Formats: sequence, structure tokens, C-alpha cells
Amino acid sequence: MIEFSKGGPAMKAEGIGFSVPRREGPEKVTGVARYVADRIQDGGIFGVTVRSRVAHGRIKGIRFGPGIPWEEFTVVTARDILAQGWDNRVASIEPDQPFLAEEFINHAEEPILLLGHADRTLLERARRAVTVDVEELPAVLDLDQALACASLVGGKGNLFKEFRIELGDPADIWARAAHVVEGEYLTGAQEQLYIETNGMQAEVAPGDPAAVTVRGSLQCPYYVHAALTALFRLPPGQVRVLQMATGGAFGGKEDYPSIIAGHAALLAWKAGRPVTLVYDREEDMAATTKRHPSRSRLRTAFDAEGALLAMSSDFVLDAGAYTTLSPVVLSRGALHALSAYRCPHVRIHARAVATHSPPNGAFRGFGAPQSLFAMERHMDIAAARMGLDPVELRRRNLLRLGDRMATGQVVTEDLDLEGLMDRALADLDYEGKRAAFARHNAGPSPVKKGVGLSLFMHGCGFTGSGEQHLASVTGVATTASGLVRVLAAATEMGQGKETVFTQIVSEALGIPNDLVELAEADTREVPNSGPTVASRSTMVVGRLVQDAALGLKRMLIQERCLEEPYDAEGFRTAVARAHARAGGLTCSTEYRQPPNLSWDEVNYRGDAYPTYAWACYGVEVSVDTVTWEVKVEDFVARQEVGRVINPVLAAGQIEGGVTQGLGWALWEKVELDQGRMINNQMTNYIVPTAMDLPRIRVYFEENNPYALGPGGAKGLGELPMDGPAPAVLNAIQDALGVLALREVPLTPERLLEAMEAEHEPG
Amino acid sequence: MNQGEMRLEVTVNGVPRTVAAYPMARLLDVLRDGLGLVGTKEGCGEGECGACSVIMDGKLVNSCLVPAVQAQGAQILTIEGLAQGGSLTRLQQAFVTCNGAQCGFCTPGMVLAAADLLRRCPDPSEAEIREGLAGNICRCTGYVKIVDAVRQAGAPPVRP
Amino acid sequence: MRGDAPPCQVQVPGSLGEALLLMGQEPGRWRPLAGGTDLMVPFAAGRLEATRFLSLQRLDELRAIEVEPGTITFGTLVTYSQVRQHGAVQRHLPNLVQSAKVTGAVAIQNRGTLGGNLANGSPAADSPPSLLAYGAEVELASVRGVRWVPYEAFHTGYKRTAMAADELLTRIRVTVPAPGFHFYRKVGTRAAQAVAKICLAAFARVEDGIVREFRVGLGSVAPTPVRARSVEAAILGRSLDDLPVRAAREALLADIAPIDDIRSTARYRRTVAGNVLAQMLAELAGSNGDPQSFCQPQ
Repeated sequence: MIEFSKGGPAMKAEGIGFSVPRREGPEKVTGVARYVADRIQDGGIFGVTVRSRVAHGRIKGIRFGPGIPWEEFTVVTARDILAQGWDNRVASIEPDQPFLAEEFINHAEEPILLLGHADRTLLERARRAVTVDVEELPAVLDLDQALACASLVGGKGNLFKEFRIELGDPADIWARAAHVVEGEYLTGAQEQLYIETNGMQAEVAPGDPAAVTVRGSLQCPYYVHAALTALFRLPPGQVRVLQMATGGAFGGKEDYPSIIAGHAALLAWKAGRPVTLVYDREEDMAATTKRHPSRSRLRTAFDAEGALLAMSSDFVLDAGAYTTLSPVVLSRGALHALSAYRCPHVRIHARAVATHSPPNGAFRGFGAPQSLFAMERHMDIAAARMGLDPVELRRRNLLRLGDRMATGQVVTEDLDLEGLMDRALADLDYEGKRAAFARHNAGPSPVKKGVGLSLFMHGCGFTGSGEQHLASVTGVATTASGLVRVLAAATEMGQGKETVFTQIVSEALGIPNDLVELAEADTREVPNSGPTVASRSTMVVGRLVQDAALGLKRMLIQERCLEEPYDAEGFRTAVARAHARAGGLTCSTEYRQPPNLSWDEVNYRGDAYPTYAWACYGVEVSVDTVTWEVKVEDFVARQEVGRVINPVLAAGQIEGGVTQGLGWALWEKVELDQGRMINNQMTNYIVPTAMDLPRIRVYFEENNPYALGPGGAKGLGELPMDGPAPAVLNAIQDALGVLALREVPLTPERLLEAMEAEHEPG
Repeated sequence: MNQGEMRLEVTVNGVPRTVAAYPMARLLDVLRDGLGLVGTKEGCGEGECGACSVIMDGKLVNSCLVPAVQAQGAQILTIEGLAQGGSLTRLQQAFVTCNGAQCGFCTPGMVLAAADLLRRCPDPSEAEIREGLAGNICRCTGYVKIVDAVRQAGAPPVRP
Repeated sequence: MRGDAPPCQVQVPGSLGEALLLMGQEPGRWRPLAGGTDLMVPFAAGRLEATRFLSLQRLDELRAIEVEPGTITFGTLVTYSQVRQHGAVQRHLPNLVQSAKVTGAVAIQNRGTLGGNLANGSPAADSPPSLLAYGAEVELASVRGVRWVPYEAFHTGYKRTAMAADELLTRIRVTVPAPGFHFYRKVGTRAAQAVAKICLAAFARVEDGIVREFRVGLGSVAPTPVRARSVEAAILGRSLDDLPVRAAREALLADIAPIDDIRSTARYRRTVAGNVLAQMLAELAGSNGDPQSFCQPQ
């Protein structure tokens, strides 16, 4: 049962497990929350970006057309950056992407120059009046063409990253196995479509050194900070980054804001005025990062009873023109390629391929939805080929305590995936419906019905030694008013981070929620607790915050300001006293890699993630064979997540993520021309409305609390993205009997083609 | 007033306002830039997402599609006009309690669409709620908690 | 994007006469602006050539729905919401009500107008098929007088209409059909706020089991909304027991010319238009000649 807090000023502690209404809520429902486009800068100007329209070429010249008062404009090109001795490369895993193109263009949305002016309408006219003369060069846009390497785009041999995950040795298995099933699975790009587009504001105070302040819509203030200190070669103290209210992100504001911040700051420097640079929807959709398109070629060997003997995956991502986050997306994708199964012999070959398209990047799930789509779809096709029930096939192969995963990581949780699956199937009435639909489908109705499932996991936190490299730091501090203040760089973007951290601290200290406040995500105010990504904010950062809170309590006791037991009043007095006396106390915590985890980054072996959330999703669909439209009639999302901090917020994450996953499965097709998105309007890029989907039914299990998470919590932000697509296609297979559904999005047009191909004579 | 601008007289949230605007300027921009009411948001600029929804002469409209000239003399309700004197309406409170707002960017338009629906249909079914909100895209919530919030809200009076 | 507002001029005539006078003085120079839900989209994106607009907002005489014996007449500024809410329209023209219901969503329906939508001339608009199925006429007015044009002659090419440069579409008159069979189905990109990929509307009157009247209108399958005349010819005069569905599907191919575009494919449109046609004929056969209305989505 969900427990709702009973309004009013909370003089009781509502810690872990309570459905505390979001503290950020009231400002959202009154229109008071301030997003970057809402903020007026005195004396400020606006900026726009002039971009390439050609996928690959050499810049010959830039012409500024007639009818525009160019002398009023601020213009910035790569030449400005280089002339100042600054670094034109965006700080990244591999800094190969320029802020502004120098001589060559490598994708059809590449930023070439920036314009600034106070009049937004004139600015737009000016943008259209700039002509970039380009000597066009042949563009590599096809994965196979890129892999063939006749023409180089980037990386090493057109690969930004390549690695292998190997377990056992499948070489002899293929010939001996009772069943070998092969399949190729394709997933399309996906646009995050946060309702607030990307935008940043910048102010540059001249000096030696100068001071740069940026604020805007972003997920990772310290990523932007690093990008700006690198660009301007400034010491860290000279750059300040603040997050404003952010209208959705989902990974789409993980790395791209660094570019926009750099652009806004460059204009602000050159104009000597504050700059607002907000993208309109068309530009945002076409130019910023999207989910990597993927291709998985799977081969699995089963014994006569359906036990998995061997699995190989050739997993390829289309990275676009620059490295950006592709190595880590590839990594997470490859690590999820085997889904939640036991298999003694594994070969996963993963490659992130360079093409002349706008770079792809982070989107909730981060590679795992792509590889899990392939494996979970493959299991149903394999089941059908072997004459097995898809549920049974999974039952025979589910991971258990002590099993090894593809990297050799041993499952240390006492998993009950079978129970999870059975409960999810019961929630959906899977067996009952399957039987009823088989009868129904044999009848005359043009509407065919089916049910399908997917079973999967999502690794929580950064992969391998990622968290160790991040070395996240948080703090909890005293304030003059007696509240405790949480210092963390985690950003609120709708998931309720502020409320969850409040609950964690409230629980740890036994104090009312109102005695907890959170510092804004401002690099001047908070330490670097890492990016708000990878399903890590509650589990990793939340735990650090919990420890810092407990540490502060110990400090207060040591300073003799506080004695246990205490009540709310007593605690508040103690904090205020300590603050006045000691000038403020802060307890800082830094991430320590759990000693029992070990990871070999070179050979991709060991403990890939500290823990996993596990899930089974089930869906009922009806397919109208008149129009080939698929309707989702019922959706069950059941997951084991260790501990639910706030049930209503957690359910909201699952409902939202499932909806995005269903969008990706059925509607969200990115149409490309020259690598560039051409259906870049909301009229033509189709996301679900309130009329397109039923209620998503969400169930949580807390059977395997994660000892190192706050209250036992694991991460769950990305998990819901992984399950819907394969489950839906599995359900359509059940409804129509057609196996050749191996691509998402499965639009009605594609479904019709698949049906026609399946029934073609000869 | 610049050449070509008109003198636009509108009543916004019960208050008569006069502002200079180009006749073909979007009502959205008149509200945000001309009147400083930034609660109404731009999500797409093409009338698809509903983030710019306001209530004009008693009807829900996409303010990005209304030219200023056609707002002459109109009564407009924006999100700022709902909560009066610092206390939330029942509908807004329901959105908070039910977690109907996540990132909050679609929320102003969504709340007004819900207010418009409840005025026309005080006790809507789930299907009616979903139809009433079909023009407001949310990317965060999957709509479940939004529907819950509208259900919970019942029929609050909507000020003109 | 906000469009280039500063150079634009807008006239706001106080009466139809005034509006027509202005259009007569400078034919083709003033672009009529009804609810703005069509025009403002390309305008904001900087893709609209026009910079001079004639706002019809004060022409209240064009906002009425007039019910007379045998006809219902819509003023050009009647909104989709008005169409949906009007009792007589609900009773007699269910296809039109359904087409209004599936146009955009509430906010669009409150501002979008029937006349504006027709004058915009998009082949993908949702109302034209229902007007073709019912048989409608449109009144075109100018300083030179008024003329009535059969609606099926109104669209002359892709986004081109029969209107002269000085003419305004002022009224749409629909003959109230005898009790009969109404069918409307829009196949959109999603359940709401969607452009049609195919749209089919039909009306049939059956007497003694024979189809006496039959009209089919389609959208999104040709450069204009189309009457499926070959299909009608195949079905008219036939018995409900013996409707030649196969022949009708083949006849349909002669009436439509679908294309590949950003939303769908010619192949899909061709196949699904045929499927929806077959669905409609099955519903018709199943009606046994009893008056009924079938609209999808519900």
C-alpha cells in the first residue's frame, strides 16, 4: 500500500518508504519554476548557431548576405577560439569534437559559427542570410560502409571503441548443439524529446583571468564546468555553472550542454554582454544527440531441453561523427547483451562505429535497451523454433545465486527471477489470456490479440571502475537557522531527487523533512558528486549523502552540541549552535569502491556493476489487421529494486520510462537524410499522447536489498526503458504468428511489410 | 511603440493590461516577453505539444498559434492566474500530491487543460480525461499520475 | 520559432462587405486569416511567403450554424468544437462530428475553423472526406457577388482551390441526408494530435436491400481530397447480399494516387485504404439497410 503523508508542516520524520509529495511540486504547478528561457538578463543578447547542411566537406568560405546590419552582430568562429590560444575541442572521453568547425565538416548539423544580437527576429533572419561555401566530400553514412573502411571518418579504422567479452569457449558447441538459432536485430535512433529544449545563459566578466558563469538546462554541472575550464584554459575557480529548473533530460542534456555553454560563453566574451542561447525544437531535434541506432547479430546454441549452451553477439552502434559518450554506451550495451540468463560460453564483440552523422549520445538505458531488445526478442523466436513456450525457455535459463554472468561476475544475490516472472505473468493473467486469445484469433475478427513478456536487468551505477574514477564527493552542512543542508551536484529534472535526498537524511537523522534543505546545483556551492546519470543518484550519491548526514551527527555530538536521544527542536537548536560557534560544520564523504568488487577494464572481466535491478514486464496488445496498428491494452511492470525510497515517485519513474520504451517500440521513427533527422518537428516525430496508452501497472519487490544503497535501494531510473520494446514485439508475434519482427520502431508500415513478406509465395 | 505595432488590450488573470505588440506576434510571446508572464511555456512552436496552452475567452487554446491581433479584447487565463493569494487550487494540490508533475515543463499547459476539462465535464471518466488532455504532451510521467490528479481534483471553480 | 512579425500588416474588417471590398481592391494581396491553426505553423517556421493578412475575427455573421429543412449551413468561421457540440449536426451528420473530434485535440478544435481548413487545401485534412460523402456546396463571395460551387469541384490541385484571388469562402452547405448508413474512419499517426495517413468517409442509403445512394470521400491518398467515383459506380445499385468487395477494392486503385512521404508509404496507404474500404462495405452489408453510424476511433 502506498502511504501518503498527511499534508501540513511535517513535524514528523517521513523517511524511507513514504510517498512524500515532492517538495519541488508547488513551484511546478503554479508556473513559478524558472527555466533558462524564463530568465531575463539585463543588457543581454540572444545567440544562434549557424550549422552545416552538408554531411561531409571542406569549408571554403563564409558569406554574409545582404539586407542585414552585420555591424550590429557579434560573430564567433573557430578562428576566434584559436586566435586566443584556447582549446577548440569539447572535453570528453576523447576530445575530438570541435566547438566550432575549423576546416572540415563531419556531419550535417555541425556548428560552424555563432551570431549574437539583441533582436531575436533579426537574429533569425541573419541566420538564414549566412552562406557557408563547402566543397562537398563523399559521406560515409552506412554502418557496413564505415566498417569496410575505404574512407575514414574518425576513431581507429572508423571505430571509436571496440572490445570483446569472452566466457568459456563456444567454438565446438555450435556443431554439437541440438538447436542453433541466429538472428539480426535492428533498433533505430530515438529522440529524447524533453518538452523543454536545450538552452544556456552565459556571462563573462573580463579580467586576467576572466570569470565565466553559465546557467541553464543541464544534468551534469561538473561536466559543463570541465568543458569550460578546458575551452578557456581557466583555473577551476574562475568558472561557475548553475543548473536552472530543467524540463526533462533523459540523457539528452548529459553532454550536449557543454557545447551550448561553450557557445554561449564565447558569444558573451566577444559581445561583452550576457548571452541567452536557447534552441528551438527543430534545431534541438536535428542537431543534438540521440539514442544510438544499433545492429545485433545473435547466435545462440541450446541443448535439447532448451538450456543455453553458447551465445555470440556482434553488437554494433552507429556513433556518428565524434566519440562523445559512445565508448560507455557501447560498454553498457555489451554488458547487457546476454540479458538475465546463465550461459557458459559467451562471445560478445562490441563496436562503436564512426559515420558522418550528428553524434549520438546518452538516452535513458544507454545501450542496454538496444542489446536487451535483441536478446529478449531472440528468446521468443528461438522458443518458437524449438517448439518451446517462451516462458519455459526463460525459466530454464534464468540466473540464480552463484551463476556467472558474461564477464564472469558471480551473482551474489539470492535471486528469485522465476518467482518475479511468475508474479508478473499472474499480474497480466498471461496464461489465461494466451489461451483465450488463441481461440479468439482463430475466429473472424480482424483484431488479433496477443501477450508477450521480457525479462531483464539493469546494472546500477557506473560500469566497472567508473564510480572509482568519478570519486564522487558530497557533504551535509549546518546552517544558521538550524536546518541541515545537503551539498551534492545531483540535478533535479523531474525524478524527485530533492525529495528523495530529503527522505534519506530524514531517515538517517530521525528528523522532520522540513529540517532538511538542499543546496542548488551550483559548482560554487556543491562538490562534484558526479553526473546525474546511470541510475546512480539514489543508490550511490544518496548513500554518500546518508553517510555525510550520519557523519555530521557524530561531529555535532563530538562538539558537544548534540546529545542522544534528541527531538526535532533539540536537533535544530544543536545545529544552529554548532553553526554559530564553529562558523559552520560540514561533513564530507567521498566514494570508496567496495573492496569486494574487482574489474579488469582491458579484458572486460569481473564485476561489471555493484548490483542490478531485475524486472519482468508483460504486455497485452491488439493488432488491427485492417490498418496494422498495434494497441497496447494492458502493461505490467514488475521489478525488484532493493528498496523503494518513495513509492509514488518510483512508480512515476517506471510509468514514464515504460511510456518512452513503448514510444520507441511503436511510433518513434527517426527519418534520416544525409544522416540528419528530417522529421524534426513534433508533428512528424510521434510520441504517445494520453490517448495512446493504457495505465501502466507498476509493482515493486524489495527481496534483495542492496547493502550499500541507502535503506537498501538500488537504482531504477533507466530500468523501465529496457523492457517494453521486446515485450511488445513478442506480444505481436503471439497475436499474429509472424516471427520476422526484428526491428524497432515497428510502425504499421513495417508490420504490413513484414506480414506481406511472411506470406509471399515461394 | 515600434512602427507596425498595435496597442493590444487584453484582460489577463482578471487584470486589464495594455501592451504594444506586432499584430502577427504570437500570443505566447506577448504573454512571456510583453507581459513578463513566463509560466506559459514554448515546447514546440507548432501547436503540437500544448505546453503553451492558455484559456482564452473561456476556451483552451495553443497560444503559439494565436496571432496577437486576434487576442484583442480577450480574457486570458494563464497558469499564474489559477493560484490566488498563494494557496493552490484543488487541482494544483492534486497534481502535487499525486506526483502529476515531474520536470514541470508541460505542467502549466496540462493544469490549464485539466481545468478546462473539469469546467466542461465536472466528473470525467478516465477516457474523457485522456481525451481532454490529448493535446498536451508529457514526456516524463506516462500520464498515469496526471490522470489520477484530475480524477482526484473533482470540479473546482475556474476563475474567468 | 516565432515567425517574422514586424514586417507583417493585418487588416481587421468589421463586416463581410468590408472584407470583400479590401480583397476586391487588391486581389491576392491579403491572405485571409481565420483561426490561425494552419497558417501560424509555417509562419512561425519562417516558411510562409505571405506578409499581409486579412483577419476575419470580427465577422460574427460567419460563425453561425444554420439549420433549415433539408440543409445545414456552416459559416466559414465555425470551429470544430462548435461542430462537435451542435445537436442537429450530431443527429444528422455524424461523419462530420467525428472528423471534428479527430482533428488535433481540444485546443486546436477550439480555434480551427471549417472554412479555414478547406481553404488551406491540404489533402490530409480530416473534414473534407465527410463533406464529400455527404455532398456539400461552398459559397464563394466577392465584390462581384456570390456563387455556389459543389464541394467536390472546390479542390483543383495540391493546395489549390477554385477560389479566385478576390474570393472568400463564406459558407458550407450540407444537404441533410435521409436516414442511412454513415461511416468514418481516420488512420492517423497516433490516437490524437495526428495527421491522417488515410481517411475514409462514406454515406449510403439503402432501400429494399439495394444501395440507392452511395458516396465515398477519401483523404491523404491523392493531391486533393477525392470522391471515389469508380468505387461508387461499382457499388451503386447492388444488393447488400452481394456487394462486390473485390471489384470495389480494384476500382479504388483507379481513384487514388498515394505517395511516399514523411509520415507513411504509398504501399501502406494503398493497402490500408483498400482494407478500410472493405471494412466499410462489410459494415454496410451487416447493417441490413438499417440506419447506423460507424466511426473509428471511438
